[in-house]
Amino acid sequence: MALLEVKNLHVEIDGKEILKGLNLTINAGEVHAIMGPNGSGKSTLAYVLAGKDGYEPTAGQVTLDGKNIFEMSTDERAAAGLFLAFQYPLEIPGVATMTFLRTALNAQRKKRGEAELSTPEFLKRVREVAKELGIGQDMLRRGVNVGFSGGEKKRNEILQMALLEPRLAVLDETDSGLDIDALKIVSEGVNRLRGPKRSFVVITHYQRLLNYIVPDVVHVLSRGRIVKTGGKDLALELEARGYAEYQEEAAA
Amino acid sequence: MNAMAEVKVIKTAAETALAHEFAQARARLPGAGAIADQRAAAFDVFAREGLPHRRVEDWKYTDLRALMREAKPLASPPDAAAKARAKTAGQWLGDVETRRLMFVDGAFVPELSDVGGLEEGLTIGSLADALADNDPTLSAHLGKLAAPDNIAIALNTALMGDGAVIRVAANSTIERPLHLLFVASGNPNADFIRSLVVVERGARVMLIESYEGAGGDYQVNSALELFVADEAHVDHVKIVGEGKDALHVSTLAVAIGAKARFNAFNFVTGGAVVRNQLFVNFDGENTVANIRGATLIKGRQHADVTLVAQHGAPGCQSREVFKSVLDNEAHGVFQGRIIVRPGAQQTDAKMMTRALLLSENAEADSKPELEIFADDVQCGHGATAGAIDDELKFYLMARGIPPSEAEALLIQAFLGEAVEGIEHAGLREALMEQVAAWLKARSAQQAAA
Repeated sequence: MALLEVKNLHVEIDGKEILKGLNLTINAGEVHAIMGPNGSGKSTLAYVLAGKDGYEPTAGQVTLDGKNIFEMSTDERAAAGLFLAFQYPLEIPGVATMTFLRTALNAQRKKRGEAELSTPEFLKRVREVAKELGIGQDMLRRGVNVGFSGGEKKRNEILQMALLEPRLAVLDETDSGLDIDALKIVSEGVNRLRGPKRSFVVITHYQRLLNYIVPDVVHVLSRGRIVKTGGKDLALELEARGYAEYQEEAAA
Repeated sequence: MNAMAEVKVIKTAAETALAHEFAQARARLPGAGAIADQRAAAFDVFAREGLPHRRVEDWKYTDLRALMREAKPLASPPDAAAKARAKTAGQWLGDVETRRLMFVDGAFVPELSDVGGLEEGLTIGSLADALADNDPTLSAHLGKLAAPDNIAIALNTALMGDGAVIRVAANSTIERPLHLLFVASGNPNADFIRSLVVVERGARVMLIESYEGAGGDYQVNSALELFVADEAHVDHVKIVGEGKDALHVSTLAVAIGAKARFNAFNFVTGGAVVRNQLFVNFDGENTVANIRGATLIKGRQHADVTLVAQHGAPGCQSREVFKSVLDNEAHGVFQGRIIVRPGAQQTDAKMMTRALLLSENAEADSKPELEIFADDVQCGHGATAGAIDDELKFYLMARGIPPSEAEALLIQAFLGEAVEGIEHAGLREALMEQVAAWLKARSAQQAAA
């Protein structure tokens, strides 16, 4: 059984159809890249999967491990193993990073019927992951993402992902706003988490990120549909030739 | 066609009852001579004006004439059972060590208070004793700060029964916070409490003033006059945690000298109707004050915080931050006025009020005002009201945090800015625990609904 199965997904936002019959199958352990021009529906797909208000499907179905995700709330999807790395991670002044991480981890564990992590165990895990991602103790002491640079916010997303150990991680333009050093750190963080049981959907506009996170499958999303699927070389092709031909095809 | 009708003042049931109470009680209320005259003059102010109503600007959002349907009889001294029940009061403080001064139904209860082994420089007594003994501290201070034309204060002065009289001698540092606990037995009575605290030059003390009651339809009118002399450092924390049907009106009137520090925190969470008044006068140069508050109400609770900060001397800095969280049909009011008198140059005063509405039926009214009569000052104010940020809530939920817990985190973060101003770590934690308990009750209620 596929880990994620998206069938004929249609989504309207403010009366405008953004996703128009999207199909996608992701098996355990696979990394899929979804590339496409601006406005093709990439971020919409990410939000629909996570269950953001206002991003409800008008038709189609999505299953995670065979379970219909549209019957689950956002937090239940997270506990079921879905993780969305935000394109623009939010700042939450007054909520301490450590409190946030701990509340999230324990809420998920509780929902899955697992015991809460002890304080020393939790601190040890955060320190390990933070060190790998170059996140200093001073950053962990601040409010969530407060005063972080763009790159630091993205690293913090990966830190959360590493702690929460999702089954399926959706990375929404994680490369946007990153310089090359930050891109490497973030990619290494993702690659460390790759494994036979964990899958990734890497949403990006540019091929650059895929030099570091090498995908198994590349899809081209245009005007709400997947118009081409190929191997990792497809990304290089897109980089050289642009999206113009797919936009025309989709329009036709 | 609009013939001038003769204005006939119709007294409400509460106004009539208050007049009756005063007539009955005036002979037995403590204090003779000048004090009795002071009571009579104060009552005359009330008799002339009546209870304040919505056409009185300062009471626009808290129409006491409408909200106070009846006036309860003056409380009688607490019986043994009421005293026994009061023993468990103040548990929310956890292991914060304080010197407790217990008042039950407005009367001082020495056997439940820590009055032994007072630190050097600390004097504690009851107002009832001081009034009866004609204590000279009273003639120098009582009624000197409380605005006589404020009806809540006028009634307090007319009917005051008991309270605390505290003096901290010059240059004394009182390590243990003084905790004035006002506990209501729940009997349908009215408590008129008046306290006086004089902190002399260079002294340091922390005062906690808390109100609690298990339940019952009772009324509290309390006023505290606080004198902070030059170079003194005073922290004042007030917690209004009255029972759910209580009517609570209280006033803090402060005069601060030069080069002093004053920190105030006001936490309002209990009571059906609450009016919390703060009058802060900056009478000396180069004083720094932080005046903060958090209101956390639900159901049909009404809580009004009215603040007047008057800068009468140059070079003082004041920060006012008041936050409120309003659920269900709760009504929160913040009226804040900063006055800068002529000559109070280099005043630096900033006031901010924010309301977080958790329900579409909750209401927040805020009225910030600046009255500036000096030309070299930095003053500002701001007011916001809004709901929980859906984007932030989605971010937290996307990490697996259930909606009620996500809201709780955001509410705690919202109040944090105000609560973090409390310098005493133990007390700060105890109050955040109170906030957490309130939020827990809220999510339990949501889960049940």
